[in-house]
Amino acid sequence: MSEAIKNPEQQQRIRVERERRVAASRRNKIFFAVFIVIALVAPFGIYPVFLMKLLCFALFACAFNLLLGYAGLLSFGHAAFLATGGYITGFVLTEYSGLGTELGILAGTAASAALGLGFGLLAIRRQGIYFAMITLALAQLVFFMFMQSSFTGGENGLQGVPRGHLFGFIDLQDNLNMYYFVLAIFLFGFLLIQRTIHSPYGQVLKAIRENEPRAISLGYNVDAHKLLAFVLSAALTGLAGATKTVVFQLASLTDAHWHMSGEVILMTLLGGVGTVLGPFVGASIVVTLQTYLSNSPLGEWVHVILGVIFVLCVLMFRAGIVGWFSKLIQKNFK
Amino acid sequence: MTILFGVPLSVLLGQLLLGLINGAFYALLSLGLAIIFGLLRIINFAHGALYMLGAFVTLLSLQYLGVNYWFALFLAPLSVGLIGMLIEKYLLRRITGEDHLYGLLLTFGLALIIEGVFVKLFGVSGSSYPMPDALKGGFNLGFMFLPKYRAWVIVAALIVCFVTWYMIERTRLGSYLRAGTENPKLMQAFGINVPLLITLTYGYGAALAAFAGVLAAPIYPVSPGMGANLLIVVFAVVVIGGMGSIMGAIVTGLLMGLIEGLTKVFYPEAANTVVFLVMVLVLLVRPAGLFGKET
Amino acid sequence: MKGLRKAIALVVAAGLLSSTAQAAISDDEIRIGYLADMSGTYRDLSGPGGLESLKMAVEDFGGQVNGKKIVIFNADDLNKPDVGANTVRQWIDEKNVDVVTGLVATSVVMAVNKIVEQENKLALISGSASSALTNEFCSPNHIHWVYDTYALSNGTAHAVLQEGGKDWFILAADYAFGHALEADITKVIEAEGGKVVGKVRHPFPSNDFSSYILQAQGSGAEVVALANAGADLVNALQTASQFGLSQSGQKLAGMVVFLNDVHSMGLEVTQGLMLTTGWYWDMNDETREWAQRYHKRVGRMPTMAQAGVYSSTIHYLNAVKATDSDDSQVVRSKMIETPINDMFAKNGKIREDGRMVHDMYLAQVKTPAESKSEWDLYNILRTIPGEQAYRSLADSQCKLIKN
Repeated sequence: MSEAIKNPEQQQRIRVERERRVAASRRNKIFFAVFIVIALVAPFGIYPVFLMKLLCFALFACAFNLLLGYAGLLSFGHAAFLATGGYITGFVLTEYSGLGTELGILAGTAASAALGLGFGLLAIRRQGIYFAMITLALAQLVFFMFMQSSFTGGENGLQGVPRGHLFGFIDLQDNLNMYYFVLAIFLFGFLLIQRTIHSPYGQVLKAIRENEPRAISLGYNVDAHKLLAFVLSAALTGLAGATKTVVFQLASLTDAHWHMSGEVILMTLLGGVGTVLGPFVGASIVVTLQTYLSNSPLGEWVHVILGVIFVLCVLMFRAGIVGWFSKLIQKNFK
Repeated sequence: MTILFGVPLSVLLGQLLLGLINGAFYALLSLGLAIIFGLLRIINFAHGALYMLGAFVTLLSLQYLGVNYWFALFLAPLSVGLIGMLIEKYLLRRITGEDHLYGLLLTFGLALIIEGVFVKLFGVSGSSYPMPDALKGGFNLGFMFLPKYRAWVIVAALIVCFVTWYMIERTRLGSYLRAGTENPKLMQAFGINVPLLITLTYGYGAALAAFAGVLAAPIYPVSPGMGANLLIVVFAVVVIGGMGSIMGAIVTGLLMGLIEGLTKVFYPEAANTVVFLVMVLVLLVRPAGLFGKET
Repeated sequence: MKGLRKAIALVVAAGLLSSTAQAAISDDEIRIGYLADMSGTYRDLSGPGGLESLKMAVEDFGGQVNGKKIVIFNADDLNKPDVGANTVRQWIDEKNVDVVTGLVATSVVMAVNKIVEQENKLALISGSASSALTNEFCSPNHIHWVYDTYALSNGTAHAVLQEGGKDWFILAADYAFGHALEADITKVIEAEGGKVVGKVRHPFPSNDFSSYILQAQGSGAEVVALANAGADLVNALQTASQFGLSQSGQKLAGMVVFLNDVHSMGLEVTQGLMLTTGWYWDMNDETREWAQRYHKRVGRMPTMAQAGVYSSTIHYLNAVKATDSDDSQVVRSKMIETPINDMFAKNGKIREDGRMVHDMYLAQVKTPAESKSEWDLYNILRTIPGEQAYRSLADSQCKLIKN
């Protein structure tokens, strides 16, 4: 920003902008603190396994949001990463039952990152809908491979994955232990994404998203930046899938199906693309709806309700719930 | 008996013919998608649901109104086309000009709603639709027995594809349409009702999907989920052909039918997946698809 | 934090101890969970109808056992193992459900069984087909009630072979279920001097079967066996009918055919089809009487799975009443002790491997002319005694059987 002399009006505007940002940052810190407190006590009131499912899908949505909201790339094949994380971790923990759980999860995450690199190298040069369709096609190929492999158990899924022991001594069969472990993983992923967004790399990513030709003309290696975002997103998605497999002790083809790719788009859109809290909110709503709706008298209407939410979001709440709330707060609490 | 790749020639011919027939189906469905995307820039994820609606209109109009197959061939496309026009006018119109993403998501949501409602009303099991009398039985071609109905499918599909292509690429109406979507303001200045043209176009795309649905009713179980499984394959076909290209959609549809047919002989387990392999390979070599133009 | 957790753990442990100490009914309630595909492709096999069967059983039993109320939970498993397993896990963790019934898709059942075994509860399986459930995947925590792939394929294959079909073509769905059926049929065919002249595995699910039917026609086989189920089976049969497969002399044998499949396809397409079933509504006065009651509530005639839900529930509740316990092993022992002779099974007996062995029936689908009403669909040709129908214990790989 040039340090040219600004007139009083400009100075006033800059001051207001800065105050708003400081207020927003303070607000975010408060939200975060409140969230931590709630998260620490929640398992004593709410069924921990449900909370863990929420956290895994929230991490999935956050990872997806990194790619869509901040890098501006819509992937239609993220299910492949969720499934890779899940199956590899499940396989490792089942075959090498003495191994610490954290190593199994690491293996799944690494495999997913590698797959992300592969997808990214093939897809990154394409734009818009072509990029989305290539990721979909690659994900379908991965789905087929998982279906045909014997280690995945095919339609039956990889079953009986042991929860094992964390670092060799913390028994994860206990739901409470498992919950805090999953919470730690979620926080790690979430904070990693936040640091990435606010880093110099994140700024370049933002520039690329807003005006790619300009970023290129400024000399940035746009493809490399996008690829890194893709691999990071894939790795964190794999982490979510790996953790989910340990929680449920099961990895199945549902995780690799293209409907799963569609679901994460819904979660992100519903919460608010490109917002910090959006993916978490969106994931929570969708998972809660699916879990509690399908066992209620409204059960047969689950898909219709999800469809209506989709349509309403696109027509009216394009900024998502969090985006809508933010505007509301900004309008009323200056 | 001549053997080719370990398979008797007669068997191969039969499979190729069946593949071509399936290809005609794909061509018909991709055509609707290609028109809607190419001219309206909408990624119509509701296409499978519209196809399903066409099949259901055929089934229900027989059950409740006694409308026979031949009338259904006109009734279904007309009624579903009308529904398509309503969808465009009241829902899609609101997001014109926005990112492609929103059109995709809106139509995806619509598909969920339509299919969900139909599951609630009709259950998930398919119903069968009786084969029209005039098309029962088949031809003994020597290397295979070809049901008359399947022969009719390929003829009807190709006729409709050709007529559509002709209309869009060779007639004045078609040129208005193409111009209208490239530069709507200019066309409006010439007095052409562009919004009406857009609505009619989406309606036509929907009608094409419904026509495929009518063709499907006598040979595939009519169930609410019948479109969902086909949809991503058809999308893959359109992308391979080149997303805006009408001819691309038709040719690729036929081609993919043939490739799928061969896969069913040599590696049948992969029959549902081969189209995606082809898509990846094609997009690596020709990023805009076989007949597409780079934007 | 640690002190708080320890305190909670102590309280929970005390609670658990007190409930498993005596052979008493925990929480003063019998809790039954019904899990099935309620909205997907297997909806009509068990689904909402099976839930009605369960309710009928509970009502007929008086709604209570030894003064303790019977409570029913139900959920849709969406045919997904993770959804099914999570539901059951939550039922057991939060609601202390005692027994899970329904259970259709094999992938769901296997996942559920793992949890049920871990928590030492009981599962009564009425919908699933896989014979592996009482073979390599047997456990002391589940009972397989109505039928399995071994019994069905054996019964039908035997019958068709005896009629003179020696050369077979197998069209199988490409997943565990289809592979298992394919293996079972092949064993029977080869044991009786027949030959598998060709086979093809189609993706699950498949949209168009014309190519596979053409391959079957080209194989020259006398019999075409369909080793698939549900929508795939319906599709395959319709396509076979269009391509004149039966008219040109080949015989069709459906391995896993249910009443609701025949009903939805219609007799035009399915007439003459040979199949094996565990139960049929129109066999005798007892079956008819129960089926009419069911029909009044549901509007459809019951399938064998839906009848099985009723039968297994009544048998379970009787065992609970006799032992005054809902401990899974206590009740299971009692259920094994007691033979089953109700409207569902004659000479029924639960074996140590969890298999409920009962008479099966060879049936043939009626022609449109023979059928006098909407659900008058089968001719029962003969009874296959239970001992012959199911895999013998001598061949079993079950860990509970000392071989």
